Order: sequence, then structure tokens, then C-alpha cells
Amino acid sequence: MAREIPQLNTGSMADISFLLLTFFLLTSSIDTDMGIIRKLPPPPDPNQENVDVKKRNVFNVLVNKYDGLLVQGRPMDITQLRVAAKEFLANPYDREDLPEKKVENIPGLGEVKVSKGVISLKNDRGTSYRMYVAVQNELTAAINELRDELSQQRFGRKFAQLTNEEQINAIQKAIPVAISEAEPENVGGGK
Amino acid sequence: MARFAKKGKRGVPGINTGSMSDIIFMFLFFFMVITTIRESSLLVKIKVPQATEVAKLERKSLVSFIYVGQPIDQKYGTESRIQLNNAFASIKDIREFITREREARDEVDRPLLTTSLKVDEETRMGIVTDIKQELRQVSAFKINYSTRKGSVVKQ
Repeated sequence: MAREIPQLNTGSMADISFLLLTFFLLTSSIDTDMGIIRKLPPPPDPNQENVDVKKRNVFNVLVNKYDGLLVQGRPMDITQLRVAAKEFLANPYDREDLPEKKVENIPGLGEVKVSKGVISLKNDRGTSYRMYVAVQNELTAAINELRDELSQQRFGRKFAQLTNEEQINAIQKAIPVAISEAEPENVGGGK
Repeated sequence: MARFAKKGKRGVPGINTGSMSDIIFMFLFFFMVITTIRESSLLVKIKVPQATEVAKLERKSLVSFIYVGQPIDQKYGTESRIQLNNAFASIKDIREFITREREARDEVDRPLLTTSLKVDEETRMGIVTDIKQELRQVSAFKINYSTRKGSVVKQ
């Protein structure tokens, strides 16, 4: 009779895998990085002349070193910024003092009035990062809400829930992220 | 009733632990897939600000991090410092850092590289502006202001 091979003792296998598990639990992090994604403009071209932008097409947002907010020359609370930015970008009643619109033919949407408005954001070197992100957040929120509205109206669902590449591109084209950051300058002094 | 007579001692049968290791291995693989290994230990205090309009960063392997905040160790002072990889750095080191990060990636992926700024909320914008200017110079245009989810408006 052939001699039987003795069974391997697998009792400690669980212990070993437990050890590995705890090791991975300790050395890894689950936190998925979230944030506000932005695209920086290329460095300024010295040969390029300044492009004249009509005053009605610019939405000036200034943040000073005391985290105070100045919007279109008037002090404003951060809570009102979203509504103000939205009204500026949408210009629902085609007011004279709000930005012009250009009719563009976007595939998937047809003819759409695209706002020529640009939000100009300027901050001081002394502004706190918290305030800066808050302002960026409110401006992004304004754009996102406008996109949601348009998407809901045209495609019946929110912008974030769109899956069709063409539809996403169309909405992005109809409502671009028009936030421009001024070249830094030290207005308020300090670091 | 002889038919139901006890045979030998009655005892609780042992639980079969053979599949235990399989289950634990399953856990292990699950955690290995959903997590990422912490690359650098933080030398600076970072509490990122809150925001509501957050988007998730898609591919973690294509993200390089720049940390800015107060040094945890008091002997390095209380002024906000930049941390790249595992050491303090100055503004000038960012150029080299980005170049190196690019070289470590596949050629195809290089344009998709995102720089995530993990900046403490108490930091002044001056240092952040400097970093942004430097990133523009090296054409690293895609950036991400790292935030937590939460309301912006102060209570």
C-alpha cells in the first residue's frame, strides 16, 4: 500500500492572512482625494496685446487680506456670491448692464445663447486659503447650477448624471467655466 | 432501545476553520484594491478647507501632491512651509519636482498629470499664488484644490 502523504496543517494560514490584512489596514489610506479642479492659464505672452473686454462682460470679484469680499465694487457677503454670479452669467432678462450673449450652434443642443461673461477673481497675498477656496467654491457652484438647469431642461437629468459624452461636451460648451484669475500683485501688502 | 444507544462520548464537533483563511484573504484583497499606500509621511499640519462642489480625482496614479502648512515640529518655525515628497522644499524646487514626476509616468499619461494642492486652511494665499505661478511656468496646468466635503459658510 502506498503511504499516504500527511495533510498540511493550515490552521495558521488564517493567522498569517490576518497579519497581512492588519498590515495593509495600517499602511494604506482609503481617503479618496476630492477637491475643486481647475485649469491654470499658460504663462502670459509678452508679445500679446491686452484684449479689451467690455465692462459689462466682466464680473469683478476681489478678496482682500482681511477676507473681505468686494463684488463689482460693492462689499458682499459670501452667502450672496453664488446668486450674484449666477445672475451675471445667465442674464435671464437680457439686461443692458449684464454680459452679452453670442448665439452659437452646438452639436446636440442646437442654437444656444452663450454668455460672454467672464468672472475675474483677484485675491491678495494675505487672503486666507479658506476664504479663497470658499469663493472658488461659490463660483463653481454657480456654474454647476446653471449647467444642471440647462441639462435638466434639455436632457431631463442633472449634469453630473449625464453619461453621453456628446451631451456632456455640449453642456460644457454652452456654459463654460469662465473664471479668470488676475496676474498676482501685492495690493494689501504683507505676506 | 438499542438502536438509539449512544456510541462513544458525545461532544461538540469542532468548527471547520479551513475556509477562514479564504475569507480573510478576500478581505485582504478587497482592502488592497480600494486603498492606496500612503506615500509620504506628513511633516506639515494640514486641515484642508471645506467645499461643496467637489469632484473626485479619477486616477490616483496620475496625481502628484504638494503639501503646504505649518510644520508639525515646532523647531522648523510656525511659518507655512511647502512639503514635496518627504522633505521640506522651497518654491524653486517645484520645477524639478514636476519634471521628475513627469518622467516617472508613461509618455501617454503625461498630459493628464494633475497636481493636487493640499493646503492648510489657515495658510495665506501668497505662498499658494507663488506655487501656482511656478506650475504655470512648467506647464502643469491641471490642478486640484484639495478639500473636504462640507458647507463653506461659517457658522
